[in-house]
Amino acid sequence: MAKIELMSGNDVAVKAAIIAGCTFYGGYPITPSSEIAEGMAKALPPVKGKFIQMEDEIAGIGAAIGASLTGAKSMTATSGPGFSLKQEHIGYAVMGEIPIVIVNVMRGGPSTGMPTYPAQADVMQARWGTHGDHEIIALMPCSVQETFKLTIEAFNLAEQYRVPVILLTDEIIAHMREKVEIKEKNEYKIINRLKPTVDPENYNPFDTKHGMVPPLAPYGEGYRFHITGLTHDHTGFPTSKPDLVEKLQERLRDKILKNRKEFDWYEERMVEDADIVVFAYGATARSAMRAIKDARRENIKAGLYRPITMWPFAYDNIRKIAKTAKQILVVEMNLGQGLGEVERGVAGTKCKVKFLGKANGELITPTEILSKIREVSNV
Amino acid sequence: MYNENVFNYLRTNKLPHIWCPGCAHGIITAALLRGIDKLKLDKNKISVISGIGCSGRTPGYLDMNTLHTTHGRSLTFATGIKFANPSLTVIDIMGDGDALAIGGNHFIHACRRNIDITAIIFNNNIYGMTGGQYSPTTPVNAYASTAPYGNVEPPFDIVKLAMGAGATFVARGDAFHIALMDKIIEQAISHKGFSVVEIMATCPTQFGRRNKMKEPHQMLDYVAEKAVSIKKWNEMSEEERAGKFPVGIFIDESRREYCEAYEDNVIKKSERGEK
Ligand SMILES: Cc1ncc(C[n+]2csc(CCOP(=O)(O)OP(=O)(O)O)c2C)c(N)n1
Ligand code: SF4
Ligand SMILES: [Mg+2]
Repeated sequence: MAKIELMSGNDVAVKAAIIAGCTFYGGYPITPSSEIAEGMAKALPPVKGKFIQMEDEIAGIGAAIGASLTGAKSMTATSGPGFSLKQEHIGYAVMGEIPIVIVNVMRGGPSTGMPTYPAQADVMQARWGTHGDHEIIALMPCSVQETFKLTIEAFNLAEQYRVPVILLTDEIIAHMREKVEIKEKNEYKIINRLKPTVDPENYNPFDTKHGMVPPLAPYGEGYRFHITGLTHDHTGFPTSKPDLVEKLQERLRDKILKNRKEFDWYEERMVEDADIVVFAYGATARSAMRAIKDARRENIKAGLYRPITMWPFAYDNIRKIAKTAKQILVVEMNLGQGLGEVERGVAGTKCKVKFLGKANGELITPTEILSKIREVSNV
Repeated sequence: MYNENVFNYLRTNKLPHIWCPGCAHGIITAALLRGIDKLKLDKNKISVISGIGCSGRTPGYLDMNTLHTTHGRSLTFATGIKFANPSLTVIDIMGDGDALAIGGNHFIHACRRNIDITAIIFNNNIYGMTGGQYSPTTPVNAYASTAPYGNVEPPFDIVKLAMGAGATFVARGDAFHIALMDKIIEQAISHKGFSVVEIMATCPTQFGRRNKMKEPHQMLDYVAEKAVSIKKWNEMSEEERAGKFPVGIFIDESRREYCEAYEDNVIKKSERGEK
C-alpha cells in the first residue's frame, strides 16, 4: 500500500536509494547535501548495507567505486566544492564502466561560495567537470516526489549502462518538505547490472559481443579480471593502439547517446501553440510554471519546457520547439550554463533565445519571470 | 626452485613486464607472490589494487581481482572493496609518491581505521614513472629532476608515520634482504588489521643515474648497506645511525578491525533497534 509522507528532497533520496537496492555509501559531509549522508548512515545498517564517512570527497567516491566492483549498488552525495573533488573519480567510473550514483545538491559558487543558498551553478560541471571526452547522464528533479523517482532511475541507469549517473538537485528541492507518495518496493522497476554468463576463462570485462554494455562480474566470484583508468582493449588491459582506443571512445559515447531515447525525460506545458517557451529546470521550473500560467491570463501565449534528463542534452527537443515558437526564454540560477546548449539547439531556425539568469543566492520568482516574458513578448 | 610457484599467480601472457633492468619492483612482487603461495590463498579471493606509477603496474601482472586506480587514491578504492566484501584478502601496492604525497591523507586515515588491508609501499625514494622528480622520501641532498641542486626537503619516516597514525602492523624491509622481506610480507597479509610494509626499493634509472649509482647492483648495494636490524639499530649511537635505516617488524598488535567493528557495533545494533 502506498504511503503518503512529508519529506525533504534529501531525505527522500535516502529512501529511494534503499528501495533501488543501494547497499553502500561513501562520502564526506557538505551543506546542503549532508542529510543524505546522515540518512544513509542510519538507513543502510538495517539492510546490511555499509556506510563510511571518508577523509574527503575523492575518497568517498573512491570507496563507492570499489564497493561497486564487489557487486554492491553504491552511492555518494555532495555539493559544489565536494563535487569538484569528485571529478577525478567520476572520470575513473566512466573509463572503468563502473556503476555508481552521485548526488550533487547545487549551491552557490565559485569556491566556498554560498553554502546555504540555492543555485544551479554546476550544470556545466556535471557535464564537463572531469577531463577528457565523455558522455555523462545527469537528471534534474523539480520536486521531492520527482527526487524520489529520479534517484531510483539514477541507480537503474547506472546499472543498465555501467556508468556513473549524476542526480543534480538544488538547495531548494533538497531542503523543501513536500508530500510524497511511496509505494511498496516491489511496485518499482529495479534494474540490476548484467552479470557474465560465460566461464571465467572466457570472461572479458569489456567484451561487446552481446552489445554496447558488457556484463560486469563482481570481484571474488572466480572471474579474475583487470580494470584500469588507462585506455584499454576488451580484455581490460592497457592499450594505446589508435584503432582500439578509438573503438573504446566511440563505444563509451554511443552506449549513452544511442540509448538516450530510452531516458529522454522532459516535461512540456502549453508548448504546442506557444509564442514564447520558457526553458527552466529544477526549482526554477516551479517559478516558471506559475509565470507561464499568469502570462496566459494576460493573453501571452507562453509555455514551459523542463528538461529532466539534462545530460546528454536534448538538442532535438529544443529544435522541435524552435520550429513553432518565436522565442525561447532560458531561466536558470546561474549566468547562462544551459543557455549555450539551447542556442545550439535552435541554431538554423528563426527562433530567438532570451535569457534571465541570477547567481546571487536568491531564487528566481514567478514575478521576475513574468516581467521578463512581458518584456520580450512586446518586441 | 625458489620462485617456482610464483608463476601460478602471474598472468604470464602479460610478461615481459615494463620495469627497467635492475628495478626492484619485480623483486618485491615475487616476494608478495611467495607470501601468497605460502599462505595458500585462493587467488579468486584476493584483490590487488594500486595507484599510478611504475609500482602501480604490478596488479596487471597478477592473476587475481586487480584494479589499477588513480594516483594516490588506491586506498580509497581498496577500502570500499574490503568494507563491501570483507571475505576478500585486499592488498594495496603504492609508490612512495603515490602513498605519501598525493595519497598521504588517505594513507593516514586508512591506518587510523585499522581496516584489514595490506599496504605495500615500493619506496624507491623517487617518482620513477614520471621522470625522477623528488618524492616525500627522497633524502636531503639527493638529486632529482626537480632537485637539480640537491633536495632540501626532509623526508617522511614511513614507519613512524604509520605507527603514529594507528596502523597495527608496521614493518620495513629492503629489496636486498629477501628472506626478511618474505617473512614481513607473509606476516603482514596474515595480520588482521591495517598492515603497512615499506620496502626500500631501487630505481637505477631515475634515482641511481642522478646519484652516482647507475648500475643496478650499485643501487642494491646502497640499500643493503643501509639496512640494519631493529635490534642492532637500538644498540647504535646517533652517529652510527646516520644514513642507515632499521629493518624488521616494528609493531604487530591486535586492535579491533574496522569491518568487524562495523558489523558488531553498527549492523547488529541496528538490527536490534538499538542506538
Ligand atoms: C593526479 C595525478 N597527478 C600526477 C600524476 C603523474 N604521476 C604519475 S606517477 C607519478 C609519481 C610516481 O612515483 P611513485 O608513486 O613514487 O611511483 P614509482 O613510479 O616510483 O613506482 C606521478 C606524479 C598522475 N598520474 N595523476
Ligand atoms: S623508472 Fe625506476 S621505478 Fe620505474 S621501472 Fe625503471 S627502475 Fe623501476
Ligand atoms: Mg617511487
